[in-house]
Amino acid sequence: MIKALFEYQFLQNAFLSSILASVVCGIIGVIIVEKKLVMMSGGIAHTSYGGVGLGYLLGFEPIIGAFLFSICAALGIGCIKRKSSTHTDVIIGLFWSLGMALGILFIALMPGYPPDLSSYLFGSILSVTKADLYLMISLTFIVVLVIIVLFNDWKAYLFDEEFASIIGIKTAFLEYLLLVLIAMTVVVLIRVVGIILVLALLTAPAASAGMLTSNLKKRMLYAVIFGNIFCLAGLWISYKINIASGASIVILSIICYFLLYTLRFIFKLRPYSHRQD
Amino acid sequence: MRDAYAKNLNAVHIDNLSVYYGQTPAITGVCLDVHDGEYLGIIGPNGGGKSTLLKAILGLVPISAGTVQIYGNNTNKKTALVGYVPQFVILNRKFPISLVDVVLTGRLKQGLSPFFTFTQKDKEKAFEILEKVGLLSLANRQIAELSGGEFQKMLIARALAVNPRLLLLDEPTASVDAVSREQIYSLLSELNKNKTIILVTHDLLAVSSQVHSLACLNGNLIYHGEPELTENIVNNLYGCPVDLIAHGVPHRVLRDHEEEKTVD
Repeated sequence: MIKALFEYQFLQNAFLSSILASVVCGIIGVIIVEKKLVMMSGGIAHTSYGGVGLGYLLGFEPIIGAFLFSICAALGIGCIKRKSSTHTDVIIGLFWSLGMALGILFIALMPGYPPDLSSYLFGSILSVTKADLYLMISLTFIVVLVIIVLFNDWKAYLFDEEFASIIGIKTAFLEYLLLVLIAMTVVVLIRVVGIILVLALLTAPAASAGMLTSNLKKRMLYAVIFGNIFCLAGLWISYKINIASGASIVILSIICYFLLYTLRFIFKLRPYSHRQD
Repeated sequence: MRDAYAKNLNAVHIDNLSVYYGQTPAITGVCLDVHDGEYLGIIGPNGGGKSTLLKAILGLVPISAGTVQIYGNNTNKKTALVGYVPQFVILNRKFPISLVDVVLTGRLKQGLSPFFTFTQKDKEKAFEILEKVGLLSLANRQIAELSGGEFQKMLIARALAVNPRLLLLDEPTASVDAVSREQIYSLLSELNKNKTIILVTHDLLAVSSQVHSLACLNGNLIYHGEPELTENIVNNLYGCPVDLIAHGVPHRVLRDHEEEKTVD
């Protein structure tokens, strides 16, 4: 595969997008797992399917449609959550299915043969185009920059939102910003593992890293490394035995997570085991 | 100097405050003045609005009617005058953060501070506070490794890192052991030398021995004054007689009264 990597442009694109995907899913994944926003992220990801459908219907790049829809979903869910007392999971459920339904509707309204949507639903890392790659690079750059620049504020916000707001940190802004970052992350991940499988890449590396360290920065770093291993190894497996790349990445991540979990269970490798008393 | 403040400036001035959650009133018509340097205990049954009152003082819940002022400022104007110690059950105790990092969050600037790093002075201040609350040796522990009492003291340290004039505590001694409880109370009376303290508690024994004044809250303010509970107040507050005399405690909460027989 190494030789092929130098020969084929599509493999180079796949390789680069794997790395980009693992960077965002490592950083945002840790936040999502700690802040218990996994289902929120699932909702945002599935809503973006409506955007893919709209892109096909109106003839623009479907990934741009996915980007717009997921940003709107993030802001919409955040706004309703803040303004009303409705349970968040109810709103997430509504957005989740509305997005999927709109996608199906838009595709049905399209004249002619319906396109093959499986590359958006289940990912198709080998068909990442130059344009996709540019979008992924800029989104990854924004996500990483925003997290690093405001790292100490994020830490205070994630640990105790209430206290952060009392000492005057703009928590409402941070909340919306986080949702937008999740939306951007979802878009980066769609080409790699697809809308339906996004949740695995957001949780498996972060949860695996969580078993190894209880330091926030290190946890993000380990999650990025795990993500890289999962994506590249999954890509290699899919290339070797010719199966869908999204599926092989996801199955590999989840097997690794459970393997780590079992090992930890057997050896009692708990990150907090050095307590003295 | 304290007198000058006390004369014309209350630490907290609450006038006819009502807070509703939807249609449900949590507190109605509360008027309460807390002087600078006071040590006020707030007691009341569950759902009596104690936490709501604290949240209204902090500006965390929308006020339906009335006004709340802290040192003459409205609560929507954020000032570094108030330190808050929440009930620790609401926090994620597995969050990947070290003890000293939690205390340092109290040193963060208002608004958003891009590329913020803590100065040497911030760190010195944090360690100074950790020494004061007796957690210095645990500074680099992850919070998941702390006991309940240590975690609670850490939250007090974080509130102190803001360098507040007014300290609000929401049940700081709930679910901590007796030793930590004593340590927390002696720390609070030490802090009261230069800070105003408002303590919400279920700990009726602490109320009479620690605080200087007492407010009883059950939807509205039933009593505000000396920390001497009479049977009348307690019955009004909890709706039924409450066992106020604990075995082995050297003082009693209730004054002696006629029908009571001498018991040992």
